[in-house]
Amino acid sequence: MRGDYAFERFHGEPPLSVIRSRSLDLSGWGRFPVEKCDAYRPESVEEIRELIRVAPSESLISRGMGRSYGDASLNSGRGVILHERLNRILSFDPETGLLHCEASVTLAEIIDVFLPQGFFPAVTPGSKNISLGGAIAADVHGKNHHRDGTISGQVLGFHVLTGEGELVSCSRSENSRLFWATLGGMGLTGAVVDVRLKLRRVDSSYLKTQTIRTTDLQETLDEIILRDRDYDYSVAWIDCLARKKSLGRALLLRANPASPSELPSFERESPYSIRRKLPLTVPFSMPSFFLNSGNMKAFNSCFYWWPRRTEALRDFESYFYPLDAISNWNRVYGQKGVLQYQLVLPLESSSQGLREILERVAESGWASFLGVLKSTGPESGGLLSFPFEGTSLALDFPNRHDSIFAFLRELDRLVIHYGGRTYLAKDSSLTPSAFRTMYPAYEDFLEVKAEVDPNGRFSSSLSRRIGLTE
Amino acid sequence: MEKRVLVTGATSAMGRAFVKELAIKGHSLILAGRSEAELESVATDTRIRFGVQVEVCLYDALAMDAAARLEEDLTRNSKLALHGVVFCHGFMPDEVSAETDTELREATIRVNYISTVNLIEVFKPYLSVGEYCFFCTLTSVAGDRGRPSNALYGSSKGALSLYLSGFRSRVFEQGIRVVNVKPGFVDTRMTWGLPGLFAVARPETVAVHALQGVSRNHGVVYSPKFWRLIMLLIRVIPDIVFRRLKI
Repeated sequence: MRGDYAFERFHGEPPLSVIRSRSLDLSGWGRFPVEKCDAYRPESVEEIRELIRVAPSESLISRGMGRSYGDASLNSGRGVILHERLNRILSFDPETGLLHCEASVTLAEIIDVFLPQGFFPAVTPGSKNISLGGAIAADVHGKNHHRDGTISGQVLGFHVLTGEGELVSCSRSENSRLFWATLGGMGLTGAVVDVRLKLRRVDSSYLKTQTIRTTDLQETLDEIILRDRDYDYSVAWIDCLARKKSLGRALLLRANPASPSELPSFERESPYSIRRKLPLTVPFSMPSFFLNSGNMKAFNSCFYWWPRRTEALRDFESYFYPLDAISNWNRVYGQKGVLQYQLVLPLESSSQGLREILERVAESGWASFLGVLKSTGPESGGLLSFPFEGTSLALDFPNRHDSIFAFLRELDRLVIHYGGRTYLAKDSSLTPSAFRTMYPAYEDFLEVKAEVDPNGRFSSSLSRRIGLTE
Repeated sequence: MEKRVLVTGATSAMGRAFVKELAIKGHSLILAGRSEAELESVATDTRIRFGVQVEVCLYDALAMDAAARLEEDLTRNSKLALHGVVFCHGFMPDEVSAETDTELREATIRVNYISTVNLIEVFKPYLSVGEYCFFCTLTSVAGDRGRPSNALYGSSKGALSLYLSGFRSRVFEQGIRVVNVKPGFVDTRMTWGLPGLFAVARPETVAVHALQGVSRNHGVVYSPKFWRLIMLLIRVIPDIVFRRLKI
């Protein structure tokens, strides 16, 4: 702006909040672990840059919606950058579906704004309350991974603010090494500040879904490995407490998009409408004894046997985000939280490996809600990205007793034995040696990190636990 | 009928909350602030999310003739008609540094008091008098009684409150609504990390209360409402007691 200022020295001075932090007890969505962190909440990219330069915290990590399960967005005793106020949509092209927005815009916001115009995120995980920055950090995947891969396929580029305070533009052609280190890089290459993402055009907000029951693991695997290619979206809810003959019995929920002509007549007028559902919530933490193995077994069986229509039209909301309908659903696991465990095994060892793992889980007595089984497609190229071609299984274990960690160690050994790996975004127990075996590309990752962040300005509780940073 | 509203300090969390609530009501907007890039981001975001018209204009409350310059910029190309003005710019100094820093003291008073008074007087003629039109000003509960921890900040907001009270009566017959919003603690960067906060309100909550106050033609709006009672109690404490309190 031209001219004089009454007080030249205040003009353009960075706001005070840049260096002011608030001590918060933070946790991931699994509510375990809970750690005290210095939380900073910048409101502009310039403020983040200033923060990286002057913040007294020993290191920093970005946090979006805090939807990773473990300690990926925590930095015990150090700095956490809350991105929540950097959530502006910067441009949208309705011809191509190309969206440019700041990194803490959530999938929920994108759906609210762009579904009425006929656009939907082409790849979405099981919750829409995630930020795009987090989606990139975890290189998230969804029920269409076997077809469309991870979200990296829809990401055209982004800007990373590195530990050196440099704003680097990344895409497949520009700084591609940093691009692939950041996709799946758990925020350790710097703060992702904006994202260019391609949205998919959809004809309606409805899916033609098919629900079938399988009676054992072999049938489940045959179905998902051989027949998933006929469906855009596919996921299996597996009863991980069933044993013996029923081991691996599952409900297969598969879907293809519905065209407007397939909608019931009263919906045809507004094909993008989504019926608002009753807001449900878990008002307080359930007592932990609630999730005993008896209750879990009963729940799993009910879920499996509950009568369902095999063919049905369902809207995006209820198919993609069944758990989002209940806010704070993570409270059902009690005060001490939950440990998520998601693994992927290569195709050739899937059958044997899953059998052994499911048997171990069923006999261990570590009760779990339904597990989620999914066939996965080829790797994305992200150096620390999780999925590769094969089969993925997600399990959850309420944190009732410390012996769970020994049990998870045992699962790690099985996963490694069968050539698999576990998902960092859900992890809160992996050890350095297991991590290095599961993610052999970590050396390439560290090379890129050393280039953009030589002073180690970015690290998290996760990165220190798995020995990725100091 | 022109439904355009000018918002100052529009890139702040408080400003953005007002921009959002006004856009939901279908108002077109003029955003004023210090950083062109930030203003453009907020403007684009608002256009895409809510489909309303949004313009931006630079405004720095510390600049000489700030109000006159803003007027000049806004009236250069077309006739200006405003449905209302929302003032969200403000500054909270570090009171301890301000004890020894003349410029900091004067800057505080200029941003919080002088600039707003100037804007009100300069933009009064552009309000579309006839239908309901308004000035909505964010002051603070800190302006209700001077306390040792925020004497300077509180006095700058308190002075503005007094001005608004007089101005409200002056323009009453023209049908201009003058709404003085007194928020308690709000979750903005001004308060982030400060000790001793309680019942911190979301900026959106304050914006909703404020615009309710505008549509109901209230003179003074406390947000959240319980602050009216707290401040009443604080105001009635006799000075002989109050001077001994460190609240």
